[in-house]
Amino acid sequence: MMNPMKNALLALGLTLSMALTLSAGSALAEGVKLPERDWSFNGMFGTFDRGSQQRGFQVYKEVCASCHSLRLLAYRNLAGIGMSADQIKAVAAEFEVTDGPNAEGAMYTRPARPSDRFAAPFANDNAARTANNGALPPDLSLMAKARKGGADYLHALLTGYKEAPPEGVTLSEGMQYNTYFAGNQIAMAAPFADSAVEYADGTKATKDQIATDISTFLAWAAEPELEERKRLGIKVLLFLIVLTAMLYAVKRQVWKDLH
Amino acid sequence: MSNKFFENPVIKWVEYRLPIFSFIDESVGSGYPTPKNLNYWWNFGSLAGIVLTILIVTGIVLAMSYTPHVDYAFESVERIMRDVNYGWLLRYIHMNGGSMFFILVYIHMFRGMYYGSYKEPRELLWIIGVFIVLAMMATAFMGYVLPWGQMSFWGATVITNLFSAVPIIGDSIVTWLWGGFSIDNPTLNRFFSFHYLLPFVIFALVFVHLWALHVHKSNNPLGVDIKGPEDTIPFHPYYTIKDLYGLGILMIFFMFFVFFAPNFFGEPDNYIKADPLVTPPHIVPEWYFLPFYAILRAVPDIWFISAKLGGVIAMFGSILILILLPWLDRSPVRSARFRPIYRQLFWVFVVDCFILGWVGANSPDAVFHGIPFLWIGQASTAYYFAHFLFIIPLVSILEKPKMPPESINAAVTNKGAAS
Repeated sequence: MMNPMKNALLALGLTLSMALTLSAGSALAEGVKLPERDWSFNGMFGTFDRGSQQRGFQVYKEVCASCHSLRLLAYRNLAGIGMSADQIKAVAAEFEVTDGPNAEGAMYTRPARPSDRFAAPFANDNAARTANNGALPPDLSLMAKARKGGADYLHALLTGYKEAPPEGVTLSEGMQYNTYFAGNQIAMAAPFADSAVEYADGTKATKDQIATDISTFLAWAAEPELEERKRLGIKVLLFLIVLTAMLYAVKRQVWKDLH
Repeated sequence: MSNKFFENPVIKWVEYRLPIFSFIDESVGSGYPTPKNLNYWWNFGSLAGIVLTILIVTGIVLAMSYTPHVDYAFESVERIMRDVNYGWLLRYIHMNGGSMFFILVYIHMFRGMYYGSYKEPRELLWIIGVFIVLAMMATAFMGYVLPWGQMSFWGATVITNLFSAVPIIGDSIVTWLWGGFSIDNPTLNRFFSFHYLLPFVIFALVFVHLWALHVHKSNNPLGVDIKGPEDTIPFHPYYTIKDLYGLGILMIFFMFFVFFAPNFFGEPDNYIKADPLVTPPHIVPEWYFLPFYAILRAVPDIWFISAKLGGVIAMFGSILILILLPWLDRSPVRSARFRPIYRQLFWVFVVDCFILGWVGANSPDAVFHGIPFLWIGQASTAYYFAHFLFIIPLVSILEKPKMPPESINAAVTNKGAAS
């Protein structure tokens, strides 16, 4: 007879391995392995690299935002990337939002406030499709959670464009070849090259750096609670480990006279 | 039950009118005699009960901020994640709690199968358990639809469409289930309503399950009946503290996922809002349904029964067949410890269930080292049913079991003397 704890661990192991057999994500090209990157927010103690997040926001604003919305975020959420209340107010004020109706019943536009959601580049999906050759640029709020591989996938996709498709592959009209995109044909043109943005903090804007920063920013946008979650998680686990050790000691004590 | 410790006059007053204190004592207190040789596999029932309670409590709070409407459901879940105080924590506990519940209940069921806990006189206890599993599956399925992501929508489409396999009235049933001609707002609304209701049905079934349990008491690793007081120890403090220790271990495991891998059991596609016009290339259910999904897809057209109808019958049959288990197994010996052949076949069955889960996660057209998953699924489905319909009855008749010990006490003291 195996001892029960060993059995229990075996069972847990089996359960986990079963869960791990879940199929690969749907939006990844078949048979391609994502390069795994060492993100600042990986691991049990991971936190977002503030500089990278802020540079990533700059990339979103200057590059992505011309086509992609970020509708689940409000300007006030930018406190999460380390921006002050005044900075947030200033960023919000750069955008116009529609409000109303006013006392006369008319809709009007006004500068955005921190409580407003991020202004979208297009009025609706149809407008977005019309402006983009029929393709709909997806909202990016949850992109890092909605693709297998998360930030690894985003980085790989953004740097995975090929000038010309491999031999034997013909691209449809207006499509680009991307190693990591499902089906390899993507409507989005390669969004940036080296030095596509000029970073305020002097960081050299290589293509890889830009991809890293925007991926970090989008990982935060999808999981703004990540830092608080991990911080609380460490405390909860430490508490539970101590509590469980004490419960085990009490269990031994209570059962002592039986053994 | 004597009122030995009811010294307190208030408790005495209540007890005289409503004997709730002796009821508690006889259920989970010192008045409930429990076999003294239960191992850690006997922790899983009470742990499942605790996780059910956690699910109900977090679910009630989540419902306060959730909007069951196709236009707002997805956004309201994200509002919970982003704007409700500790909403992310509540949702991740609820999400992962569902997975924990299934892990615990599956282990609990396998434990019952290994130690013959379903056998006379515990057949009804076992059957009530099967109904609990069915209710859990319905609840989990409808709960998964509520966030209105891509997998919510398309999972619901696949599963509700199964009912169209019913001859003649199938399509009418589907329309009736949907409350319209496609999965839409009425469907989401009724799923929310049932998802709120069914956990309380489960709770009531758990009560009946415990009621039946307390009549003949727990089975035990030896599978021999309790012969006298020397075989038992009071539930409290011995098993209350043992269950609490087990709860500590479970919570470490559970909270690790909640805080550090909250989406481990989920599908990324469910963070894309449901779109009836875009079918995901790969529709997979939650992990706990994968073995049944494999069975559903394994059945080919047989004579006049379409593959769809056959699959549906096989899928529901794979759970309902458990009801017959107490009568399929003819062996007078309960515990697999004394059944050398059944013990090995039990583990083969466990492996078969894992293979079914693995097949369920893969497309039937996919191949594994040249073998189509469809074949693996068909072979393991055939084995699943053969285990119940042929292997268990035959082994239980042909196998020569070892002699179980005279009593729990005799076995325990012998072991003590030997070591």
